[in-house]
Amino acid sequence: MTNTLHRYGTAESFADDYVVIAIPSKGNESGGDPLPALKRFLQIAVAYHPVSIGDATSGGSIRPTRHHSMWQHFFTKRPIQPDFQTVIDGISRPTTFSAVFDKRENAEAFVKRIADEDFGLSINVSSSIINGLQCCRAAGVKRHSLAYSLGFEGIPDNIPDRHALMLSTMCGHGLVSLALAKKMISFVKENRLKPDRAAATMSRFCSCGIFNQSRAKRIIEDARTKTF
Amino acid sequence: MRINQDKCIGCGNCTYVCPMGAIYIDPETRRANINDDACVECFACFNGLSREVLPPKTARFARRAVSNLLMRFDPDPDICPTSAFEPNELEWPRSVRRAFSDPRVPHGSTGIVGRGTEEVKTNDITNRVDIGEVGFTIEFGRPGVGVRFHQIQKMSHALAAIGVAFEPKNPVTSVMLDTKTGDLRPEILNEKVMSAILEVKVGVERAEEVIRAVWAIEKELDTIVVLGVGVRCDEDGNETIVAPILKKLGYNPQRAKTNLGLGHKILREIRPEEFSATPEVARP
Repeated sequence: MTNTLHRYGTAESFADDYVVIAIPSKGNESGGDPLPALKRFLQIAVAYHPVSIGDATSGGSIRPTRHHSMWQHFFTKRPIQPDFQTVIDGISRPTTFSAVFDKRENAEAFVKRIADEDFGLSINVSSSIINGLQCCRAAGVKRHSLAYSLGFEGIPDNIPDRHALMLSTMCGHGLVSLALAKKMISFVKENRLKPDRAAATMSRFCSCGIFNQSRAKRIIEDARTKTF
Repeated sequence: MRINQDKCIGCGNCTYVCPMGAIYIDPETRRANINDDACVECFACFNGLSREVLPPKTARFARRAVSNLLMRFDPDPDICPTSAFEPNELEWPRSVRRAFSDPRVPHGSTGIVGRGTEEVKTNDITNRVDIGEVGFTIEFGRPGVGVRFHQIQKMSHALAAIGVAFEPKNPVTSVMLDTKTGDLRPEILNEKVMSAILEVKVGVERAEEVIRAVWAIEKELDTIVVLGVGVRCDEDGNETIVAPILKKLGYNPQRAKTNLGLGHKILREIRPEEFSATPEVARP
């Protein structure tokens, strides 16, 4: 399961953040094997220029690296671009699959295509309320249900560490620590890392691929020159 | 989780990646250690850190040498240079920490990975939350503080006391001894997890009562609570029943999951030719 509902930020900060989720309902095994439809969902997503795709058990499109020789430390360049084919090839069982977009036109075109395909999977868009509504309109469907996020009780919009909180809460399972987010902002401030490498570093900890590297880069760029 | 002290070189990378801040460098041994009480067994260190296989003694010597020259040993910030993390065999009740904290591990109660809840994401098939009903998800522990089950029990007691029904297909409900009282299994009460979600459902007329009950208990808890509210839209795709209640209570929701209503009981069969070898092309 992805956990994308409670991302910290205002509606404006979700302008480049669309998480489209496909999920087969548990207890509906008589409805057929959902794995082919889920795989097709990801294949189609790749054509619409996602930031990331992922499956909830195997991981996202930027993954931790594993070295087997000490020499790789010196001579192996670690990838920071998403590898979509690895995600698709690694699919082994039906779980929650996701595709993340940073552009409205791509997200809406993808949602329309998925509606046309009529797989029968439950499809959700996790974003600002208005973005979700616009996706439905583009696809010619009416909203079935909504899950509102009421925000973190006791955490207002104007806290000093809000950039770090926006980065950290992009992993709804809490695997991108606040300390790492602060460290990445500091590294970019010191010019020890470029924003795209800092975003890739954090996204390796997201185990289901819903971390939005594009939004992360924008947030880090914003944090480079100011705290608030 | 444990850190192999023979392998660790004390670079400190792992201290930042622990969501609970449970990893620290011991000033005596100059090796990383884990505060077992604070660790929630999320495996972020083991699964998330990239692994290298530098020889520990050589790496320690190199670190000391460059440090003496006032320079820095500077591996990528998400690397364990010597692959020093080693998972422990977890026994009950500690194993509950991993079940609720590592999203790759499916919850036995629901078979769902992540936080183990479907909420209204499959409402188009399950009709879990119907028109006139409100489904609440009350999540504890995020971001970055964690929660112990005795804190969750305070909330489950309060909700049980006002007579709401807990969602049966939910991991927290599965560790309840009695859903009428909200009692959780006593042996897990002091166990700490990354986050957990209570799910309840009531009629719309009781939505405000539930939110006020959550507010009252949330102030007593030494953790963070976040509320999600699941509702069914009307035939036109609008939601005009619960939004005014939320507004009246001072909420201004910005974000939501929107269920598009595309789910069917029977899935469409995918023809083999649909998985073409040629790359998929986006339609204009």
